[in-house]
Amino acid sequence: MQAYHALVRSRVAAQASYRASFGIELGTQVLLVLIEFVEVYVVFHQVDSLGGFDFAEVAVMYGLSAVGFGMADMVVGHVDRLPFYVRTGTFDAFLLRPLSALGQLVTSDFSLRRLGRIGSGVVVLVIALAAADIDWTPARALLVLVTPVAGGIIFGAVFVATCTIGFHVVEGMEFANALTYGGNYLSSFPFTIFGTFIRRFFTFVVPAAFVAYLPTLALLGRSDPAGLPTWLSWSALPVSLLAAAAAWWIWRLGLRHYVGAGS
Amino acid sequence: MIIEVTDLRREFVVRRRAGRLRRTRDVVAAVDGVTFGIAPGECVGYIGANGAGKSTTIKMLTGILVPTSGTVRVCGLEPVRERTTLARRIGVVFGQRSQLWWDLPLRDSFRLLGAIHRLPVSMWQPRLDECVQLLEMEPFLDTPVRQLSLGQRMRGEVTAALLHSPELLVLDEPTIGLDLLSKERLRAFLVRERAERGTTVLLTTHDLPDIERLCDRILVVDHGRVAFDGDLPGLVARVGAERVLVVDLAEPGPPLTDVPGTTLRAVEADGLRQHLAFRKEDTTAAAVVAAVSARVELRDLAVHEPAIEDVVRRLYLE
Repeated sequence: MQAYHALVRSRVAAQASYRASFGIELGTQVLLVLIEFVEVYVVFHQVDSLGGFDFAEVAVMYGLSAVGFGMADMVVGHVDRLPFYVRTGTFDAFLLRPLSALGQLVTSDFSLRRLGRIGSGVVVLVIALAAADIDWTPARALLVLVTPVAGGIIFGAVFVATCTIGFHVVEGMEFANALTYGGNYLSSFPFTIFGTFIRRFFTFVVPAAFVAYLPTLALLGRSDPAGLPTWLSWSALPVSLLAAAAAWWIWRLGLRHYVGAGS
Repeated sequence: MIIEVTDLRREFVVRRRAGRLRRTRDVVAAVDGVTFGIAPGECVGYIGANGAGKSTTIKMLTGILVPTSGTVRVCGLEPVRERTTLARRIGVVFGQRSQLWWDLPLRDSFRLLGAIHRLPVSMWQPRLDECVQLLEMEPFLDTPVRQLSLGQRMRGEVTAALLHSPELLVLDEPTIGLDLLSKERLRAFLVRERAERGTTVLLTTHDLPDIERLCDRILVVDHGRVAFDGDLPGLVARVGAERVLVVDLAEPGPPLTDVPGTTLRAVEADGLRQHLAFRKEDTTAAAVVAAVSARVELRDLAVHEPAIEDVVRRLYLE
């Protein structure tokens, strides 16, 4: 742990040495969230409800998704540089050190600028929670705190699982990005507006529905119009742990392919 | 034996285009049944032409690649399965790729490596101080790695590989691209490292002086197999590696066929430039130059060392 701590601290120190560019990147992240949010706002300028949810309710989903994705992006988002590390031989250097290769890949950066995304996501979330019609109970309060963490773990798992494409083919990150960024985009909307296939795929394969949509149902005390059982709405955390386990397994598979033990 | 390799083989699948859509799938053996052992304290030069299977072997020794068949044992460990344990006991330098953090001052890379190897500062600091002094790194310790010259960076790489005092040091082309002074400084450092600590060294190189200065044993690989295992004089005696003195004369002269210990290899421009080959055992460059200038007026000269590639090629021409 001490070694990883030193690695992350060195990354933070490296970013802090470029104050001006760090400030600009932080501001860009805030701006990006605002622009995305304006998109939601514009939709509601035309209609009163989207998939059966009003503006405040969709804003809750947007906020949960933005915070969860922002955390995942800050801590593990840079794993998508794996193909570059493989090509330049940096990944071989990882394997020559007495630490887990995944641990080193994850700690190879720590994108503090994503704090901008997380911060503005939290602001949107707090305002939306106050505006939405939520019957607060201790369980729901706890759910609000746990959900962004679970969302972070889910997106983190998707980042790790998809980056392993870099072990198998040279160019494949477009596909990986479709799943991570696409998953993020989808997760900030009510799933009732999507078709059956998309809904199922992003619930049971890539569990993006657990990032914001299903927890928001639980917060509002509603059931899923598509018929998913209510207990699933409370299951974001265990689902995120399952996703993390699956991502670890996929990583092992990719690493074995890289060293040539598999296939 | 600190390294034990038996019948080592590694295949790669090469997919090639064969027509518009069709692709053929060829299996190529980069390492094809290599067997050798290295005793603790030896310094072995692992040489061969590009594509002979040197890097692949080193990757299998260090746990980056799994052998297709055969066995590898390094420090008594199975490299891929016991990768992290092995990483604590060996040091590796790849001349072509960096193991330092390019955006941090050189000093910070060493601090990080100390933490990665879970060594207390009291363990690695004296070692670092020693390397800094011997390799004269003090002036650029606080420079970010990306701003270092190749020679400076390579000194940093070697120090990084030795920080945890490994039993075995593996160097993949450590002197590639370095100027003469940097090469010599690195060689002197490695000679001292062996003498002081008895570190076992395995190095690949294209540089014959590296081998002359450092190695007491040479393994020549070609087409994935060991073609020669012995010392340098043995190799030179077997293939007859020659140095070549190229002389430019002030005015066209007769062919210099009578210089003692040399053979005239080529005459250019009506005798204005002549190539004289000689062996190290027979004569010295100085003696040849003296003999030539006694006969004709010299304008310029150059000595070409035998290239490893030539030595290896000759080995195969036998």
